[in-house]
Amino acid sequence: MSTELLIAIIITVVGASTPILIAALGELVVEKSGVLNLGVEGMMLVGAITAFVVTFTTGNHYLAIVCAAGAGVAASMIFGFLTLSLSANQTATGLALTIFGTGFSALAGQGYSARPVTLLGPLFPAELATHPVWRVLFGYSALVYFSLIMVVVVWFFLKRTRAGLILRAVGENDLSAHSIGYSVIGVRYAAVAFGGAMAGIAGACFPLLLTPQWAERMTAGRGWIAVALVVFASWKPFRLLAGAYLFGLVMTMELYAKAGGGPLSSIPSELWAAMPYLATIVVLVLISIRRDASSNAPACLGRPFLPSN
Amino acid sequence: MTLNRRTMLKAGAVAAALPLLGSRAFAQTEPLKIGFVLVGTINDNGWNYAHNQARLYLEEQLGDAVETVYVENVPEGPDCERVLRELAQQGCKLIFATSFGFGDSVIKVAEQFPDITFEHATGYMRSANVGTYNARFYEGRAVCGTVAGHLSQTGKAGYIGSFPIPEVVMGVNAFVLAARKVNPEFTITPVYLSSWNDPAKEADAARAMIDQGIDVIAQHTDGPAALQVAEERGIVGGFGQGADMSAFAPNAQLTSIIDNWGPHYVKTAQAVIDGTWESKDSWPGLAEGEVEIGAYGPKVPEDVVAAAEAVKQGQIDGSLHIFTGPINDHTGTERVAAGVTLTDEELLSMDWYVEGVIPPA
Repeated sequence: MSTELLIAIIITVVGASTPILIAALGELVVEKSGVLNLGVEGMMLVGAITAFVVTFTTGNHYLAIVCAAGAGVAASMIFGFLTLSLSANQTATGLALTIFGTGFSALAGQGYSARPVTLLGPLFPAELATHPVWRVLFGYSALVYFSLIMVVVVWFFLKRTRAGLILRAVGENDLSAHSIGYSVIGVRYAAVAFGGAMAGIAGACFPLLLTPQWAERMTAGRGWIAVALVVFASWKPFRLLAGAYLFGLVMTMELYAKAGGGPLSSIPSELWAAMPYLATIVVLVLISIRRDASSNAPACLGRPFLPSN
Repeated sequence: MTLNRRTMLKAGAVAAALPLLGSRAFAQTEPLKIGFVLVGTINDNGWNYAHNQARLYLEEQLGDAVETVYVENVPEGPDCERVLRELAQQGCKLIFATSFGFGDSVIKVAEQFPDITFEHATGYMRSANVGTYNARFYEGRAVCGTVAGHLSQTGKAGYIGSFPIPEVVMGVNAFVLAARKVNPEFTITPVYLSSWNDPAKEADAARAMIDQGIDVIAQHTDGPAALQVAEERGIVGGFGQGADMSAFAPNAQLTSIIDNWGPHYVKTAQAVIDGTWESKDSWPGLAEGEVEIGAYGPKVPEDVVAAAEAVKQGQIDGSLHIFTGPINDHTGTERVAAGVTLTDEELLSMDWYVEGVIPPA
C-alpha cells in the first residue's frame, strides 16, 4: 500500500469517525449522570437539518454549528422535561425522540433537498497541509479538532473537576447525592442538554463535513452506533476515542476494500455493516463475565429519580 | 345504482357543492383513486422524486378523473404489506409499488384484493391483477458508458450500487460494455452499500474509489453524494441518476439519466378507467421517452457528445442493442454468441458480470 493511499484512507476514516465520536461523547456524559437517552439519532437529524438550513441561508458554517448545537439542546429538553420532570420511562421517551427527530427534520427539510451547500473548509491555511504527511495533521476542518479536544475536556471534567465528581455521584447513587444537597434533577438536566448540543453538532457534521447536501435520514443509523459505542468504551472517554476510530475504520475499510480489491473485499457487506454492533455485543459479554471495577456502568443508569419513594 | 342512504348523502353533498364547482360536478363519476408506495422520500432528487414528478404529471393529464395518494419511506419487507392493505382499504383501485423489494408483498396483498390493480416497478412477478413495469435504464447506461470510455484517463470506473439485484447488475454491464467499445481495457468496480439512502456512505465510497485510481463514477443509489465528491476532487466526473444533478456538480456531471415515468402512469390509469388493463410487463426505454439523456456537461467535447448521441440514436432506432454478442463474462468465458441478443427475460434475471467488471465477492 502506498503512502498516498494510506494517508487518503486515514483522512476518510477521520471524517467517518468524527460525528460518531462527538455524539458518543455527549451520550457518555448523559449516561454518566444516570440518564439513558436513546434519542441521539433523532437529535442528530435535528442538528443536521438546522446546520444545513443555516449554511444554505447565511453561508456561515460556524453559525450553522452553533445553531445545530442549540437545536440539539432544544430537542434534548423535550426528553429532559418528560423523563426528569415527569419521570417518564427513559427508554420509551428516547425512542420517541428519535422518531420525532426523524419526522421533524424531514418536515423542516422539505424543499431543501435539491439545494447544494459547501463543506466547511480546513481550519489551517492550505500551505501547512501541502505535504501529504502534514495533511494528516493539519488538513481537517474545525469539527475534527473540536471532537479531539472534547475527548480531553470530557475526560478532564469527569475525572479532575468537582462538578464532574458531582455528576458521577448523581449517576452512581442519586439518593445519596440528593441527601447531601445536590440537585439530582438539575445536574441531569445539564447533562442531557450537553448531550443534546453534542448530538446536534454531530448532526452538523453530515452536511458540513461528509456530504454537502440535505437528505432525509442522512445520519443513517450513526446515532445508534454512537449509543453502542458508549457501552463499547465502558463509559471511558479515551476508550471512546479509540472505539470511534475503530468503528470508523471498519466502516471505511469496507469501501476501500471493495473499491480496490484485495483479500478484505471478500467479506460480505452485511457483515461489515454489523461489525460495530457485533463488537459491542462482544464487549458486553466480556463486561458481564468480568463484573468487576472495569464494568464502569453508572449504577443508576436509566432509573428515574423519585426521592419521595 | 341502488338508492341507499349513502348515495343520497353523496347526492346531497354534490348538490350543495354545485354552486362552487359549476358544471364540472355533473360530468364527474367517481375519480379513480391511485396509490403510490415509495421506498424513500419524494425529496431525494432521484428515483422517488422522479416517481412523484410522474404522479403530478398524471394528475395534470387526467385531471378530475383521478385522485392520487402516496406513502413515502416504506421499508422493503412486511411493513410494505401493511401499507398496501391500508391503501386498498382507503379505496385505491390502482396501486403502484415503486421499488424492487416490494415484490413479494405486492403478490401477497394482490391475492386478497382481486378487484384492485397493482403495478410493481422493476419487478418480475405477475399475477391476474399484478402487472410489472420498468424502463430500459440500461440504454441510458450505455450512453454514459460511451462518454466514460472516451473521457476516462485511467480507464477505471466505479459503480456505487445498493444491492446486486438484476436491475443494478444490468446497469453495470451495459455501462462497461459501451465503455469497452471505445477503450477495450476499460474496467469497472461495483461497490454495494446495502442501502438505498446513506449519503455519507455513498460519499465515502466515492472517496475510496477516487483514492484508488478511479476517475469516473456512476451510481445507482438515489442521491448526488458521489457526484459532489467527484466535483470536490476534480476527477473526470460522474453521471446524474434519475434526474439532472448539475446543481450539485456543475463541472463533474458529464450527463444524466432522467427517469420519465409519466407516460406510463397516464397510460395505465387510462386503461384501468376504460377497463382495458391487463397484466403484462411494460418495458419502454429511450425510444418511448421514458428514459431520457440530460444535457452534457462542460467537460464533454463535441466529438464525445456526437459518439454518445450516436449510441442513443442507435438504441432509439433499434440498430444497436448493447447486449448483443459476442459477450464474455468476467472470467472470459463466452456467454452470448456473436449476433445473438439477450432476451428481456435473460436481462431481467441477469446475475453475472460481463468482461471488464471487477466483481465483488
